[in-house]
Amino acid sequence: MQAISAATVEELRLKARKLRKDVITMIYEAGSGHPGGALSVLDILVVLYYKVMNIDPQIEKNPHRDRLVLSKGHACPALYAVLADKGFFPPAYLSSLRKIGSPLQGHPDMRKTPGIDMSTGSLGQGLSAANGMALAARLNQSLYRTYVILGDGESQEGQVWEAAMTSAHYRLDNLTAFLDYNGLQIDGWIRDVKSPEPLADKWRAFGWHVLEVDGHDYASLLEAIGRANSYKGAPTMIIAHTVKGKGISFMENQIDWHGRAPNKEEYEKALAELEH
Amino acid sequence: MREEMATREAYGKALVKLGRNNSKVVVLDADLSKSTKTVLFAEEFPLRFFDMGVAEADMMGTAAGLAASGFIPYVSTFGVFATGRVYDQIRSSIAYTKLNVKIAASHTGITVGEDGASHQSIEDIALMRVLPNMTVVVPADAQQTCLAVEAAAKHEGPVYLRLGRPKVPPVIPEGLPFELGKAQLLREGDDLVFIAAGITVKLALEAASLMEGQGISAAVVNVHTIKPLDEALLLQLAQKTGAIVTAEEHSVIGGLGGAVAELISENYPVPVMRVGINDCFGESGSPKELLQKYGLTAEKMVAAGRAALEKKARVY
Ligand SMILES: Cc1ncc(C[n+]2csc(CCOP(=O)(O)OP(=O)(O)O)c2C)c(N)n1
Ligand SMILES: [Mg+2]
Repeated sequence: MQAISAATVEELRLKARKLRKDVITMIYEAGSGHPGGALSVLDILVVLYYKVMNIDPQIEKNPHRDRLVLSKGHACPALYAVLADKGFFPPAYLSSLRKIGSPLQGHPDMRKTPGIDMSTGSLGQGLSAANGMALAARLNQSLYRTYVILGDGESQEGQVWEAAMTSAHYRLDNLTAFLDYNGLQIDGWIRDVKSPEPLADKWRAFGWHVLEVDGHDYASLLEAIGRANSYKGAPTMIIAHTVKGKGISFMENQIDWHGRAPNKEEYEKALAELEH
Repeated sequence: MREEMATREAYGKALVKLGRNNSKVVVLDADLSKSTKTVLFAEEFPLRFFDMGVAEADMMGTAAGLAASGFIPYVSTFGVFATGRVYDQIRSSIAYTKLNVKIAASHTGITVGEDGASHQSIEDIALMRVLPNMTVVVPADAQQTCLAVEAAAKHEGPVYLRLGRPKVPPVIPEGLPFELGKAQLLREGDDLVFIAAGITVKLALEAASLMEGQGISAAVVNVHTIKPLDEALLLQLAQKTGAIVTAEEHSVIGGLGGAVAELISENYPVPVMRVGINDCFGESGSPKELLQKYGLTAEKMVAAGRAALEKKARVY
């Protein structure tokens, strides 16, 4: 992957701004949801879906498409906004988020939503599923890559570390994981609740190739993904340092915004901030 | 607590009271303390509260160790994560060992609402009921939750307490005695009996009133303890009425309906109709819409009552 141009960075910045508005609008209209973790992961999704992944909404189930498992499923409004923008389903669906009969469930549902590769919501399970997809690519001699995104609070789940051993044992270099390292879970800062740190050292000790980046810097993200995808012999964990609630000043780094919808006044304030 | 209140809220308050009276009570949560309301206990007793992070399996095992060392752990998270997510930890370290762990699961059933199927436990009663040594309690309102929290502390051995997210009105008459394993006859009736637990108790009372208007006399019993089941009272009601409808915010397989059908078919076979979630997962939506869509309404219970009466007429 070559160095990223200033024009590309600007293109992604504008795209992310539009998608952040979609995310906030969806959660506002739904009256519930998880803005904090959706906004922290959004820039990672933007880089993956607009610059990296080999996907085509016209042939949604192409067996050779790249896969994405959003293991921290509660952040799905960000993914839904991206999938709608990419044309996997009509943007009008976004207004039905979390409503009865909607194809857009409160947590990702691979049987209801086009473009979702794995149902998630119960934390800690996504990396195992991603390992399965990466093993399948190898068995099928397919060149697709599997991407998986974990939360830092989610890293407290034991299954994450069982799966970490699996990916390293099978040398799944066709798999790239991201850690959305925003420092917060629901009950507080992860280091206060039950520290999973030092995370980079743990992943390294588990046999992974580890990179650390600013998870809101498109150029760094793209560069890291390039390095991950060309690395041979081990899976790569990209530890993305992020800000929970990124982009909306009063949501940034606030646990209160993990899982609640903005009221009308907060919604308008958020939209106004995203104009700039 | 004679007010409209979520059972999880009543649980949080009852825990604080229990903590003041019993220094052996400790509380564990898995990063959901504000939702399960164990945060109230954490604020007053920070040293006796352990936030285990998003690590439910570890939480169950830790609780087992605390119980094996003389403490009375109350362990809380959402119903799906308090049961299926940690099933073998409960089975091996808590049920098999008969340890004094109280699993208080909030956000059970479909009234979890908008979070959707991944967060709606519709199988937790079945999972817990099948474990030897486990006591399974489903309180019907806030007041009953407080009584259940206290009774669980006095009971030696594992207890599963099933709690809900939305506010519920008081349904159990003030002063009615509460004893684990003793069901409560809330309304007498001759033709039919509604056997309910949790939020369906109120629906059963409504259904019985509707049927009274149609000249049918229906009894209502609150089975707050699904295991051990109050076999004596339920068999007596089966004999008296000859027709049964069970109702629960749970799969029709393996829960209250399953327990009653097992008891009745072996001891006094009469028609049993089960109202509940019909072997499918839920979805996102408001609790009210979901109850309607998945058939948990007084009207559906009346229809089941009529079906039970028809079968009874055919059988005898
Ligand atoms: C197994 C499981 N336990 C608990 C929850 C409830 N829950 C949803 S989000 C969350 C906190 C996750 O924190 P983190 O992974 O850091 O996510 P982020 O900060 O990116 O939102 C919890 C405990 C869950 N969804 N799954
Ligand atoms: Mg986090």
